[in-house]
Amino acid sequence: MSEITPDLVRHLGVLARIQLSDEEVERLTGQLDAIVDNIAKVSEVATPEVAATSHPIPLSNVFRSDVPGDMLSLDEVLQNAPDAADGRFRVTAILGEEQ
Amino acid sequence: MSDILKLTAADLAAKLRSGEVSSVEATQAHLDRIAAVDGDVHAFLHVSDHAVDVAADIDRRRAAGEELGELAGVPLAIKDVLVTTDMPSTSGSKILEGYMSPYDATVVARARAAGLVPLGKTNMDEFAMGSSTEHSAYGPTHNPWDLDRIPGGSGGGSAAAVAAFEAPLALGSDTGGSIRQPAHVTGTVGMKPTYGGVSRYGAIALASSLDQVGPVSRTVLDSALLHDVIGGHDPHDATSLTDAWPSFAAAAREGATGDVLKGLKVGVIRELDDTGFQKGVSESFRASLAAMEAAGAEIVEVSAPHFDYGVAAYYLILPAEASSNLAKFDSVRFGMRVNVPGGTVEDVMAATRDAGFGDEVKRRVILGTYALSAGYYDAYYGSAQKVRTLIQRDFDEAFAQVDVIATPSAPTTAFRLGEKLNDPIQMYLNDVTTIPVNLAGVPGISIPSGLAAEDGLPVGIQFVAPAREDARLYRVGAALEALLVDSWGGPILDRAPILGGAR
Repeated sequence: MSEITPDLVRHLGVLARIQLSDEEVERLTGQLDAIVDNIAKVSEVATPEVAATSHPIPLSNVFRSDVPGDMLSLDEVLQNAPDAADGRFRVTAILGEEQ
Repeated sequence: MSDILKLTAADLAAKLRSGEVSSVEATQAHLDRIAAVDGDVHAFLHVSDHAVDVAADIDRRRAAGEELGELAGVPLAIKDVLVTTDMPSTSGSKILEGYMSPYDATVVARARAAGLVPLGKTNMDEFAMGSSTEHSAYGPTHNPWDLDRIPGGSGGGSAAAVAAFEAPLALGSDTGGSIRQPAHVTGTVGMKPTYGGVSRYGAIALASSLDQVGPVSRTVLDSALLHDVIGGHDPHDATSLTDAWPSFAAAAREGATGDVLKGLKVGVIRELDDTGFQKGVSESFRASLAAMEAAGAEIVEVSAPHFDYGVAAYYLILPAEASSNLAKFDSVRFGMRVNVPGGTVEDVMAATRDAGFGDEVKRRVILGTYALSAGYYDAYYGSAQKVRTLIQRDFDEAFAQVDVIATPSAPTTAFRLGEKLNDPIQMYLNDVTTIPVNLAGVPGISIPSGLAAEDGLPVGIQFVAPAREDARLYRVGAALEALLVDSWGGPILDRAPILGGAR
């Protein structure tokens, strides 16, 4: 068995910035427990001498010339913003009262 | 149904060139077809309101003597994961409802430049997470072969659109089978190119080290023609390969002669135990192998001992990368924002992501966050990356002995909508034969191999080649396709039920 608990799922929700309801936490705890049991077997063959692969086709030093490329205008950047003002994204308070 | 709809993209392109059919006629015929059957199929999330204008422009340019691409004037359906400036792009998610991109995905820009006519955006599992399109926030797509069954996923909309003759061609994306498994269950063709062979710029990222954009069609040649349009280096994608690619259409045309099968070594994976597969899927697979053998191919058993670990590694790597990629849906720069009175930006963000993401997306983001967290990283994500190396080595050793590997494209034919929705592990196992291909970055194609005896539903056979050998898949795929279509006396979709009327 893995160690997926409701408290851990709630904590992961905080890290992932998803406000999970109690019902979601309960359901996810059971599902993640089963999924983790099924995927933990990767450690059976991942021995120390095996190198990790991050990308399937290795490339190195992909550079481009240091000149401005295709740029979006400020209007294009802001066209999908839920809220904007004075050429910037506008959000609610960054800090809560307790901070 | 209009005769135009039944044409392959290659044949339609020839008629457009000769002037026998105009692009406006072809486009209108497909729009009419969408209007007639998409209420049942629901392949499209959005239908273009100006496709006929685009088609008229192509007709005008052709009439003026302009040199146009081979597929100019042919309609195209576009998976909603690809951003477009003239139609909304949602990736099947509520969090992006109504999102209008300020730029086109490179593959879309190349398709437009080649004169293809975008018809609309196709349905998909939310952020391409799924094998059935049931995880779309906008409701599932229905399989044209049986409207009570899944069309595969995540690209069920693109596959259903071509299977239902709503479009001759479509664009898809494939992270673990999202082009090939829908092709399998809908009797169509789908190709996942070599990683880096087609630009990912403007494809809303799921798992960046696995995602690849590719063509969806009814014939191997049609996929090859579309691949020729969208492929090649793109400086906007740092993982894009700079290789000069051969003409895939030429490869498909050459393959259709069947000569490629003489002496071709086809690998069958010993460890890919198909005893758990649906009987009709295994039978169709073996019948295709026998047909190839009769045409001169040699079937060779190869070993791939680490394929057993593919699904496990995939469900660590994909959620880990997805949880990072989906962090951008933060309620600040684009997409949904939920109003939280007095809430801080973090409160708004968390409430928005709860309201805007569906269950499967939350499941995978939470799983990925777990796999990447301190204390677990080495055991999970690190180990999964090592499995990738082992699977690559399995492929390398196999390809030292054979030219291509063949597998069934998926374990079962199309299952019923709702059948696996509440069992994520069963859903994940749909992609057992397609996932290793993405993990290794090699190309894979699924083509129809027949119908399963017990349910009369389509089955696909997958061919896999070494990295950069995409052309080999078009040659081999076209060769088997020619053999099978000949033995059936016509394309497999001739045997699909007639939509929008009596069966």
